[in-house]
Amino acid sequence: MSKNINIHVHHLTRVEGHGNIVVNVTDGTIEKCEWQVPEAPRFFEAMVRGRRWDDIQTIVSRICGICSITHSLASTKAVEDALDIEVSEQADTLRILMHYSEQLQSHVLHVGYLVAPDLFTAPSVVPLVPKAPDAVKTIIRAHRVANQWSDLLAGRTTHPTTLKPGGLTKIPTEKELRQLQETLKATVNDLVTICEVVLSVADKLPNFTRDTEYISLKQDNPPTYTFYHGDITSTDCNGDGPVHIRDWEKVANEYVSPQSTAKWTRWHRDAYAVGALARFNNNADLLSPLGKKVADMFGLKKGNCNPFMNNIAQLVECAHVVETSIEMIDRLLTNGLKEEKISVTPKAGRGSGCVEAPRGILFHTYEFDKNGDCVAANICIPTNQNHANIQKDFEAFVPQFMDRGQDDLRHGMEMLVRSYDPCISCSTHMLNVEFVK
Amino acid sequence: MSKPRVAIFDFACCEGCQLQIVNLEEEILDLIGVVDVVEWREAMSEQSQEYDIALIEGSITRPEDEERIKEIRKRAKILVALGACATIGGVNKLKNNFDLDEVKTCVYGQDAGMPHLATGMTKAVDEVVPVDFKIHGCPIDRKEFTYVVRCLLMGKTPVIPDYPVCVECKAKENVCRWEYNEVCLGPIIRAGCGARCPSTNFRCFGCRGYVENPNVEAAKEVMDKYGLTIDDLKQKMELFGSKQEPTI
Ligand code: SF4
Ligand code: SF4
Ligand code: SF4
Repeated sequence: MSKNINIHVHHLTRVEGHGNIVVNVTDGTIEKCEWQVPEAPRFFEAMVRGRRWDDIQTIVSRICGICSITHSLASTKAVEDALDIEVSEQADTLRILMHYSEQLQSHVLHVGYLVAPDLFTAPSVVPLVPKAPDAVKTIIRAHRVANQWSDLLAGRTTHPTTLKPGGLTKIPTEKELRQLQETLKATVNDLVTICEVVLSVADKLPNFTRDTEYISLKQDNPPTYTFYHGDITSTDCNGDGPVHIRDWEKVANEYVSPQSTAKWTRWHRDAYAVGALARFNNNADLLSPLGKKVADMFGLKKGNCNPFMNNIAQLVECAHVVETSIEMIDRLLTNGLKEEKISVTPKAGRGSGCVEAPRGILFHTYEFDKNGDCVAANICIPTNQNHANIQKDFEAFVPQFMDRGQDDLRHGMEMLVRSYDPCISCSTHMLNVEFVK
Repeated sequence: MSKPRVAIFDFACCEGCQLQIVNLEEEILDLIGVVDVVEWREAMSEQSQEYDIALIEGSITRPEDEERIKEIRKRAKILVALGACATIGGVNKLKNNFDLDEVKTCVYGQDAGMPHLATGMTKAVDEVVPVDFKIHGCPIDRKEFTYVVRCLLMGKTPVIPDYPVCVECKAKENVCRWEYNEVCLGPIIRAGCGARCPSTNFRCFGCRGYVENPNVEAAKEVMDKYGLTIDDLKQKMELFGSKQEPTI
């Protein structure tokens, strides 16, 4: 085997956004091993200044197409926190239902369209169509259900038009909710099928573990596997958590890395991870029965430190959100839906909103003057919070898998990045693998 | 005859328009049957050199991106701007209301000078290279996308509405947002979305760009009637229309 590896993967494919992997091994010594994020920065925190409280969601939703509902919810919650706006229980439940549609949409897209080609050794999902038509169609069906679900609650699949600080501009009818519930019940079987297909190739996920810190939301009252409410917790917390979401800056500790246009983060150690696996590692006991069943299928247990298992934690969450939503719709229908009026008086204030994007915890903070015009903003995106952790994974992964040759190593590193489900357009884009051995 | 080669490229954007292509679900399989997708970074690993149709998503914000789009233009027979970021600059143009150095300092603080954080004025694609067709919206409408692509494949020119959103909105019998004292840009914005936002009780914020001859004066007159100010209108027009004609 050659002693030199030179990998330079420029603009990693099948991730949302741009990233580069650079690896340089000379005579068996690793000289360079870098995760770089060169995507064009977009400066949202600067651009929202001078904008009114009721335009913030419209702007920041555009940070990321695939988590637009999450960005919309985080910003709306932050505006509500700043302007002391109350939200009814009905609006709160409908928003969580809206949020779950995005978790399903994003997870199915990621595992089904972007990760599955790796497991079946194909360059994209397209060649899989003739090879496994039924599996592909089941994935497409689940994806479509998720999108129709978003359409109903958010007004459309991407960039919601029904969210407003104080509540929702439009709510579904009871009939529409009943139909959605039927569709979700029918989707449970499709999800089980997708899990079985992935299980049949799960041995292709590299056996690689690296102990790290996992950060997510945690909700105690009532205890919930949460994506929307609660405080910030971590697997490293030892008397110093959970942390209130208004204090998220103390958790993220952002800094600028010369490798990246996106800011990096650290809390108890030099890197931490967010996402489905982080949520699972903090909250697995609170999963729905089907969520627990899927975890058991794959032998996924709390405390798992294999970053590739994030893909599996996403499948667990698909089952969880669908099963939980069926119950939530029951509750909404029992209480009966009421039209609600929203009225807001602008005032000065500062507020934060924190929700779990499909790819991890997301923080928004805004400050408004007495007219409700935004004077400052700070946003911290899940993909950014994973960059330092990806770099640390690389440093452990390359020496372990270097002997397998340049092509396998490169493929493994690409899969590793993809397993974090990065949407780098959020942060600003990523991939360049350079290898000399 | 060989299948037309189609490639999709993204610049500064949220990639929500590409997502609408994925969201075609089963229909995407039909489309893939009649074209040869030769490059699509977000969905596949392959890359190519020449294209019959290049779909461009995103705004141009850096000198290196200007070079990249010029190179793509050279290799593409037809170039289509996909979504507001590409057609009009979209929300990205909000940045142009500020001094660029100040914008960088605001986000990156003392590290703003680091060379990899460089940024320029945000431009729509046609401010850098000629664009053959525009698919409007933020995000694009899936039906309009398939319509335009079908037209292009058949060598026809797609017909895109040049009348205001209000026309579609009134046909849907929505109560006008102005009646709720909200500034809705429907009177001056290009239809084609089915008045999507007002139909969910949300004002039109202008994502499809202005109609050819927007009647801003008429819009100003209604401001008085509803007790709103020109500044209210300006605020809303800047969301997707910063530093663009018409200005008020
Ligand atoms: S036009 Fe809108 S949806 Fe499309 S890429 Fe730009 S921000 Fe995203
Ligand atoms: S709501 Fe907007 S689009 Fe509809 S009629 Fe009124 S101004 Fe026109
Ligand atoms: S109503 Fe206005 S903002 Fe909404 S989709 Fe149509 S053009 Fe865009």
